[in-house]
Amino acid sequence: MSTLFLPAADLSPPGTGQRDMRRLIARHRIWDRLFGLLGVLALLFALLVFALLFGQMLVNGLPQLSWDFLTSFPSRRAASAGILSAWVGTVLVMLVTALVAVPLGVGAGIYLEEYAPKNLLTDIIEINVTNLAGVPSIIYGLLALGLFVYQFGLGHSIAAAGLTLALLILPVVIVATREAIRTIPQQIREGAYACGASKWQVVAHHVVPYSLPGIMTGVIIGLARAIGETAPIITIGALTFIAFLPPSPFGQPGQLLSFEWLAAPFTVMPIQMFNWISRPEAAFQANAAAAGLVLVAMTLSMNAIAIWIRYYFRQKIKW
Amino acid sequence: MVTTTVSTPSAKPSSELKAQVNSLSFYYGDFQALKGIDFPVEKNQVTALIGPSGCGKSTFLRCFNRMHDLYPNMRYEGEILLYPDGINIVSPEVDPIEVRMRIAMVFQKPNPFPKSIYENVAYGLRVRGERQRNVIDEKVEEALRSAALWDEAKDRLNELAFNLSGGQQQRLCIARALATDPEILLFDEPTSALDPIATARIEELVSELKEKVTILIVTHNMQQAARVSAYTAFMYVGQLIEFDDTKKIFTNPSSKLTEEYITGRFG
Repeated sequence: MSTLFLPAADLSPPGTGQRDMRRLIARHRIWDRLFGLLGVLALLFALLVFALLFGQMLVNGLPQLSWDFLTSFPSRRAASAGILSAWVGTVLVMLVTALVAVPLGVGAGIYLEEYAPKNLLTDIIEINVTNLAGVPSIIYGLLALGLFVYQFGLGHSIAAAGLTLALLILPVVIVATREAIRTIPQQIREGAYACGASKWQVVAHHVVPYSLPGIMTGVIIGLARAIGETAPIITIGALTFIAFLPPSPFGQPGQLLSFEWLAAPFTVMPIQMFNWISRPEAAFQANAAAAGLVLVAMTLSMNAIAIWIRYYFRQKIKW
Repeated sequence: MVTTTVSTPSAKPSSELKAQVNSLSFYYGDFQALKGIDFPVEKNQVTALIGPSGCGKSTFLRCFNRMHDLYPNMRYEGEILLYPDGINIVSPEVDPIEVRMRIAMVFQKPNPFPKSIYENVAYGLRVRGERQRNVIDEKVEEALRSAALWDEAKDRLNELAFNLSGGQQQRLCIARALATDPEILLFDEPTSALDPIATARIEELVSELKEKVTILIVTHNMQQAARVSAYTAFMYVGQLIEFDDTKKIFTNPSSKLTEEYITGRFG
């Protein structure tokens, strides 16, 4: 009978051993709380700084933000100046960057993970790919100035800028691709090989599709980094004031596609901002803040897409 | 050196060889994982491979579809002759893909692809370049029926394979292996990740499937070997200790080591 009930709580005063233990636990708990508190403070500090920066930009820039601001060329009069050439330039440069960096980066990542033999040479390549991600962007700018602008004769063009930023984010794309590929369990590969698949079939039917969300996330994060890059773009000689658009990619009537825009001079959002900030007039400072808002919106929406892709596919693929 | 006992199993009039293993050795780098194994694989029968963990039974099984070729630093010696044509499937001149197209495998853990049930079963056909929808449909249904999964899966062919239970997933993997009419079907401890009921269904299935296909099954469950197989090979540290009729192995083994293992004195 008595086993059905828990014994009554021991109400007698705890022994010394037990009291010591409780004191020890209490001390441990203090550290628990203290560390939690420190963590929250650190987080709040980071968030606060970001909120202040963003808030200031909002206050300064929001009144300037309008449809006209997005559809006007820069001007000497702050009130009528806009960012049309800057955001079109940014979009086109990003397009070139993505078109170059994605196939190269994904291809390199797949090769390193699936095809390359594991030896000293691939180890060295691996370390250096990771190192490349840490090279300051101005170095890429210098390289691009010598190689793309002068050696290849691309000039101060959208193509040169796109290639430069592609180089810059290539390591990010390669590393993201490799990490995404590594999450695919080996049993899946073995299952496919056991069905008689060749290496290429395993890559095309399994490895690439299953790692696509990770790869896309990496690409977008890379692009979000590239979109704010200023130093390498200035180095290769982007214009700071430009009052015309590059030729349309759809060309003249009768032409399907035109690639003249690739050779066009250009500017990009961060350079436009930099240009305005260096002016003394307060009205231009406000313009810079407004352009900053647009740039932040572009980056945040790219990150949002990356998060959505990851979330969406994670529901579908679980190992 | 342990002596090997390979008695010629009591020959039945219909018995026919599907494969013959002749002094097969296998090396991971310098480590010799298999030491000169010989035994016959009879057509349309179930042959079980038993032995303690690390004895090389999975390594041996994976020689049959050249799975080891996916990894570096390995080497086969000896031969596995596949009949009727008698090619040596571990010879470097033989393309491992050709071997895998003739010999299918079911793994220890169910490993369906993150695709639909239909696409999982159809995968082997797609790899072989089959494009005709009606042919694929027919083969998929046939394979799912053979794997005793058709009734459960026929209304949800387009659902993701991950939505199936563990046992169903393993039967899906069997269907995937069967869809391309393999000559030999390899099972690598197919029930070790499954509950007893799912295990019973897979065992039942293995017994039925021998009508269609020659089966080699690795198991660490001796009762399972006794239930499903006609022949049993007992392996120990890379060597084949004994090969015989399953009944003989479990009632009157020739080797002392075999007896100790099946009576549970080690392993």
